[in-house]
Formats: sequence, C-alpha cells, structure tokens
Amino acid sequence: MRQIAFYGKGGIGKSTTSQNTVVAMAEAGQRVMIVGCDPKADSTRLILHTKMQQTIMSLAAQSGSVDDLELEDVLRVGFQDIKCVESGGPEPGVGCAGRGVITAINFLEENGAYEDLDIVMYDVLGDVVCGGFAMPIREGKAQEIYIVVSGEMMAMYAANNIARGVLKYANSGGVRLGGLICNERQVHREVELIEALAQKLNTQMIHFVPRAKQVQQAELRRMTVIEYSPNHPQADVYRELAKKIENNTKLTIPTPLAMDDLEQLLLDFGLMDDDESIVGLTEEQEKLKAVAS
Amino acid sequence: MGAHDKAGVLKERKALVEEILEAYPDKSKKKRQKHLGVFQEGSQDCGVKSNIKSVPGVMTARGCAYAGSKGVVWGPVKNAIHLSHGPVGCGVYSWSGRRNYYVGVTGVDTFGTLNFTSDFQERDIVFGGDKRLETLLKELSELFPLAEGFTVQSECPVGLIGDDIEAVSRKMGNELGKPVTPVRCEGFRGVSQSLGHHIANDSIRDWIMPKAEQFKKDLGFEPGPYDVAIVGDYNIGGDAWASRILLEEMGLRVVSVWTGDATLKELALMAFSKLNLIHCYRSINYITRFVEETYGVPWIEFNFFGPTMIAKSLRMIASHFDETIQENAEKLIARYEPEMGAITERYKPRLKDKRVLLYVGGLRPRHTIPAFEDLGMEVMGTGYEFGHKDDYQRTTEHIKEGTVVYDDVTAYEMEALVKALKPDLVASGIKEKYLFQKMGIPFRQMHSWDYSGPYHGYDGFKVFARDMDMAINNPAWSLIQAPWRRA
Repeated sequence: MRQIAFYGKGGIGKSTTSQNTVVAMAEAGQRVMIVGCDPKADSTRLILHTKMQQTIMSLAAQSGSVDDLELEDVLRVGFQDIKCVESGGPEPGVGCAGRGVITAINFLEENGAYEDLDIVMYDVLGDVVCGGFAMPIREGKAQEIYIVVSGEMMAMYAANNIARGVLKYANSGGVRLGGLICNERQVHREVELIEALAQKLNTQMIHFVPRAKQVQQAELRRMTVIEYSPNHPQADVYRELAKKIENNTKLTIPTPLAMDDLEQLLLDFGLMDDDESIVGLTEEQEKLKAVAS
Repeated sequence: MGAHDKAGVLKERKALVEEILEAYPDKSKKKRQKHLGVFQEGSQDCGVKSNIKSVPGVMTARGCAYAGSKGVVWGPVKNAIHLSHGPVGCGVYSWSGRRNYYVGVTGVDTFGTLNFTSDFQERDIVFGGDKRLETLLKELSELFPLAEGFTVQSECPVGLIGDDIEAVSRKMGNELGKPVTPVRCEGFRGVSQSLGHHIANDSIRDWIMPKAEQFKKDLGFEPGPYDVAIVGDYNIGGDAWASRILLEEMGLRVVSVWTGDATLKELALMAFSKLNLIHCYRSINYITRFVEETYGVPWIEFNFFGPTMIAKSLRMIASHFDETIQENAEKLIARYEPEMGAITERYKPRLKDKRVLLYVGGLRPRHTIPAFEDLGMEVMGTGYEFGHKDDYQRTTEHIKEGTVVYDDVTAYEMEALVKALKPDLVASGIKEKYLFQKMGIPFRQMHSWDYSGPYHGYDGFKVFARDMDMAINNPAWSLIQAPWRRA
C-alpha cells in the first residue's frame, strides 16, 4: 500500500487535483481511499456527489467520542469504489483543527480502514500550521508528498514552507517529496519557473496541469472530469498524472530555499522588482520623488 | 556564636554548597549555583537568584500557575464556584489539598471542598469548549442558586486551543446576574505557581474590583474608622480566625479576608478599609498595591507567627490608629503574656538548640523563623519554592550568619543538605515528608500544618509549639533502628 499526500497553498486546486487523480488511479484498477484532512471537508465531494461528507469529528461530537463510532459510520464508497473519509473539525476560529486530524487518523488506523488498499491519498489543509496538519507526514503515514503549486509568488512561498515540513520529518519518519504538480495559472514562463523551483528544492515538476474550463463544468455537477466527460482531453491529463505518480521513483529529501534564494528566483523570472529604493514609499511619495529627479 | 565560630560556620557551609554542586554536569551546575547561597551578615540579599525556570531533569517541588490561582488565591473564596476548566485531572488531583477552613453548609451556600470540572473530552479540544462552558455555568447556577459567583480556572488546553473564556464569562455574567470571572492561569505560563497568584490578583482587579461600589451596596457596608482587611491569609487550619480575633479584640474591625473563609463580595471591601494588612506578601501584593494606588488604602506587612513577632506586629498595626487602639494592643499583649510564657517554659527545655531546615512557599520561609526562635530553636537553612528577589531581601532580617539559603531547591540538594547538616527537624511539604521521615528525621509539613493548625496568632503558637515537640521528641524515633543494627 502506498500512502500519498497532496499539500499546497489554500485555493490552489489541491482537492480538485487529488480527486481527479485518485479517480484515474481507481480507473486503472487500484484500490483507493481518500482521506480529507481539512475542517472544510471538501476533499471527497466530487467522488461522492455530495455537498459535504459527514465527518469523523462531527459524528464523534454527536455521539460523544470517536470510541462510539464504527468505521461504517464514517466511510462512504463513491465513484469507482473509492473509499472516502473526511476528518472534519471545528468552524473557523475555534478549537483545534489539528487535533481533529490526529484523532481522525488514529481512529482510522485503529479500526482497520487501511486494509485491502493499494493507495491512500491524504488531501491536507493549505499550510502546515501546526503539528496536527503534519500528521499525514509523521510516523510513516504518507510516504510521498506532492505539492500542488502555480507560478504565483504566494503559492511558491507555501510550497517552500511545505518542503521545510517534509524535510523536518524526512529523517525521523522516512517521508519523501515526490514532486511538484503545477496547476496552471497562466503566469509568464510558468513551466520554466516551476521547473527551476523544483530543481532548487531537489525534486521534479512531475506534471503540468493546464487550465481547462471542463474542470469547472464537471465541478458544477459535483463530479470529476473523468466521470463527467471521460473522453475529454483534460481527463487524459489526470490519467497521465496518475500514471506518473504510479511510476514515480524520484523520491527525494527536499532542500528548502532560504528566503533570499527564493526571492532571487522570483527576481530572475521578473515576478518581483529588485528596486530597493521604492520599498516603503507611498504613491504620493513616489510621485514627489519622480518630480524631484 | 563567637566571631571565630561564625567565620568557621560560614566557611564550612560554603564548602558544603560547593560540594553539593559538584554532582551536577557543568551546565546544570552553572545554573544551580546561582540559587544556592550562604548568608553573610550585612548583605542586602541572600545571595541567590530566584523566579527562574527550573533546571530540566531535576526534581522541583514547584507547582504551576493553575495551582497558584485555583489552589491558593481563588480556591478559599467559599461562596463562589471555582470551575477547573479543561480535562479532569488538574481539578481532581488538587482537590482539597489546601485545608482552607470555612464556615458554611458545603454544597448549599459554600463550595470549598467540592470539585467542579468541565472534564474536557477530545471533541472539546477539537471543537472548542466555549459552548460546554456556557452550559455548565447555566447548570451550576440552577443547581447551586446560593453561589455568589463563578470563576473559570483555565487549564493548559484551554489556552492552547484559544477558547474565548472572557466572552463566555461576560455573556454568562450578564445572563445569570452573577459575576463570572475568567482566569487565564494555564499551567504552562510562568516558571512556578507564582505567576498564577499574579494572574489571579489581576483577574480580581479586572473583573471584581470594578463592581466594588455595587458589592459594597449589596452588603450594606458602612465604612468605619477602624476597618482593616487581612490579605494573604488563606485560613489554613483556621489561621485567619486565630488572627482576626486578635485584631478584633484590640478594637479593629476586620471587613475582609483575602481569601481564607472569604465571600466573593467581601473581597471588594478591601477597597474601603483604612489599612490593609498583608500576611503572605508574595501571593497578594499585586492587588494590595493596586488598591493603594486606586483607592488610596495603605498597606503594611505583619507576622503572626510566635509571640515575639505577634507583639511586634500588633504594636505596629496599632501605631496606624489612635491611642485607644494602641492601649488595647498593649492590654492584649499583656493579657496573653502569661499564657505564652507558660508555653515557652514548657516547650523550651524540650526544644532548645534543636536545629531546623525550612523549605516552603510564600511567606513561611522567613515568617516562621522567629516562632522557632521563640522556642529556643535555630533555623540553619531556609528557601522558597517560588520566591522573588523582594522575598529574599525581606528574609535577611530574620536569618543569621551562615544560614544556608536555597531557591527552588532540588530533591537531590535538599537530601544532601539534610545529610550533611543533620538537622533535628525538617519543615517542608508533602513531597519532602516521607523521604526524610524514612531517613529517621523528624518532619513537619509547613504548607498544610500536617493536618493540624492553626499556627497563626497566640492560639496558633500553642499548637505550633506542641506540634514541633511532638515531631522531634516522639519516642517512635528511638524504635526505628533495624533489630540487626542494634548492637
């Protein structure tokens, strides 16, 4: 059984990418489970055609504790017999979502959810903000991490941060970085940029996912592209990604960048201005300065 | 002691401290040597650093901020319900640990020996405990209608997950029409229970004192010229009662006790007293200074351990009032003199020159020394679990050349000191008690008075003298040698 986790900046398209990818894997005959590790609980809806799956933590809260739950209560089977669970967690601003992830994953392990599977996919909240969200990369849970990224500055910052989290647990738990998945945002020279970032992080850009309206069309129907339009070219994009992950042997310990190096990369690609003289100047001040010179 | 002896003792004990420190690895030694000192007469302090994080790996007797707030300052407020907010352990394992006596019907109008906890479960951590807190306060208010108010004593997880107990307290305070005071005394804050005292003081400042005028009205309180408050007496074994009768007998009116046998609303009366009398400075000086600055009520420290200090303190307190009070104080001292004389006459021959090692908390490492001396005993070493610099400065007037002073002493250091100095009595806490008794050394608990007390005031001194005699001269000590060791 391989355990894989998708990380990446919030809103980058992790959940869409991971669900389309697992569907492609299942289509190819793999037995797959997807574990949503985000209080928003939107990691399985395209497979189950639901708004939001009942989560482990909300069911536990209703019945008292996770000890009162059975696996059947929390595990749903969706398209292509993919098993789906959501850890769930509190509404924004209260409680400890990280603890929710820990509790949920422990529950799944103790109750045998990991039996008879080829692939487990964790879809994790944007940033590794605390120990709870690092749960999938700790103690040999997920062995391979894929970071979903785009050519936008903040997405790359986040990717670098996630690489730091992977590095931290690489030696203690054996986790490895499998590559960057570039979700196209139509930034100038995006492929080269992400390939350069990947090289600096000691990894690869495993796949480039072009932007396609078909993804949204499918999402409106709470479906993956592969299910909605199996013959669409975008479906093949995800099939290719699934195959690349399946055959991936380049699993590395990442070398996260220092802030200066990351900024240099952005400078090289023209995503940042290196004019130090304008730092901290208001528009008004800038005008005055222009007039003076 | 002659000049020569003094120099000898000083040198000897300094060498002992050095020897004890030798056992540590370099890094720990460097840290611990700042906390061990030998007092030299004329010094302004005890030569030790304090209020610093304990060295990892050693056994410390310190508590946490929750212990300082719930256990010490808030716990004795008898007609409020103090909720241990978080998982069940903190409340249960500190349950009834402090022997704060009170008058009232427990479970009806007073709640001192009951334990209230929100008993956090995993889901409260994940989803936050604010809703549970709200429900709990409602239930408590219905179940215990005579509770005057509630405090929320925050345990560690509540701070970690960022529950907004202030918002819940404000809302429920309005809804229930009773003060609900949130106390951010998470155990991970600070280096000892000392920060918990401070946090508890601040919570009273911010949540109770703004209602002082209202509470004064509720209680129908009319200020008088002889009003005093006793602050920093937690009524361990009845200490505050033994103290207040003396003040009342000399014509003063005790309007508020912080916080032994106290009611919630009477706390506010401290703001309207004429003089605030501090017994335990460490745990309560914060609010006393606040009341001085805000309401202009002056404060002084006093010491009701042993007849010498009691007489001195009574005269000092009386000096802040008129001649009638001063005369009353003299009469009071004179009246108790024969009784105290009889006590010392009886116990001094049995206790004279017995040597004591003290290690306690807030005020006792210095305040009890004169009481031991009233019985002819000598304190050879003393130290605080959680004292600050000003505590050690205040200690200098009570100790002599060569007294060993130890801050946040470790179990190893204490044992080594006892082995080397061979005291006749170790006076410390429950964590130390059985070790030293098993070593065949008489021991008295100085936190809980070993289930005895009171020790404050004239009544207390009688008990104190009896207890020390009982510990040291107990015939059981002659029976502890193993038969095969008896030659």
